[in-house]
Amino acid sequence: MNLFVEPVGVSHFLLVGAVLFVAGVVCMATKRNALGVLMGIELVLNGANLNFIAFGSPYFRETSLGLDGQFIALFVIVLAAAEAAVALAIALNFYNNHATIDVDRADELKG
Amino acid sequence: MNLLAAVNWHSVLFMLFALLACVFALAVVFSQNVVRMAFYLVLSLASTAGLFMLAGAEFVGAMQIMIYVGGTLVLLVFGVMLTAQSTFVSMKTSAPEWLLAALVGGSLLYVLFLAAFGTSDWTTARKDQQTVSVAESKAAAPIGLGLLGIRVDSLSQPNETLKAGQSGYLLAFEIVSVHLLVVLIGAAYLARTKRRRQEWET
Repeated sequence: MNLFVEPVGVSHFLLVGAVLFVAGVVCMATKRNALGVLMGIELVLNGANLNFIAFGSPYFRETSLGLDGQFIALFVIVLAAAEAAVALAIALNFYNNHATIDVDRADELKG
Repeated sequence: MNLLAAVNWHSVLFMLFALLACVFALAVVFSQNVVRMAFYLVLSLASTAGLFMLAGAEFVGAMQIMIYVGGTLVLLVFGVMLTAQSTFVSMKTSAPEWLLAALVGGSLLYVLFLAAFGTSDWTTARKDQQTVSVAESKAAAPIGLGLLGIRVDSLSQPNETLKAGQSGYLLAFEIVSVHLLVVLIGAAYLARTKRRRQEWET
C-alpha cells in the first residue's frame, strides 16, 4: 500500500498509538528514575488518546464516534495533568526524605 | 508535475508526524539522560498534537500543546531540575531487565498490530473522503456546549431515552473540575517545604 498517493485509514493511527503505548510501557518498566516512569505514563496516555481521536474522526469511517472521542481525549488530557502534579509532589517528597529518586530504593513497605 | 499532483498531502503529513512521534517516543525509551528524555518527550507530544489536527480534532490538538507541552512537561522539567544530582541524571538499567521489557513490549506490539490491521473497515479510508469538508471540523463550540450538557452535533438522536438529555458531559465536567482543584491543593500541600517548623523550634 503506497501511502504517498492513497489516503490513510484508522489503522495507521492505531499503529502509531500502539508504538507510543509500547514505548511508554517499556519506559515504565526499565527506567529507574521516578521521573522517567512518569514520562512513560504520559506516553501511554498519549497512545490511548490517539486511538480515541482516530475513532472519533469523521474523515476515516462513515459511522465514527463523533465528538465523543474528542470529549474523552480532553478528559484524559486534564486527568493526566492532575496525575502528573500529584505524582511529582510525591516524588519530591520522596526525594526530600530519602535523598534519592531511584524507584528501586523505595522498598520500605516491602514485607 | 503529474507525479506531484497525484501526491496525497494528507497522507504525507501523516507519515511525517507519525515518524516524528514514534522516533522521539523511542528516543525517550533508549535515552539514559533524564534531561534529554524530557526534551524528547516534548517533541513526541507536539508531533502527536499534529496528528490530532490531521484527524480533524484541531481543538484537542491545541489543548494538547497548551496543557501537555506547556503545562505538564514544564512541571516534569521542574521536577527533573529539583532532583538533578549527578548520580540521578543518568541511571543504568541491567541487561536482564531490558531483555524482559523488550520481550513484553514486542509481544504487546505484535498483538496491537494484529488488532489494528484485522478489521477491513479500519484499514481503508472511507470512499467519499474528499467530500468531508474541512469546515465540518470547527469543533470548539460544539465541545463547549457538550461540556455544558447540550449536544448540538448529535441532535438527531435515534434513542428516545437519550434524546431528552442529549447525553452531554455536564456531570463529568463538574467532577473533573472539582478533581483538578482538589489535586492542585493536595499537590501544593504534599510538596510544601517542611523547613519552617524547624526554624520555629530553634
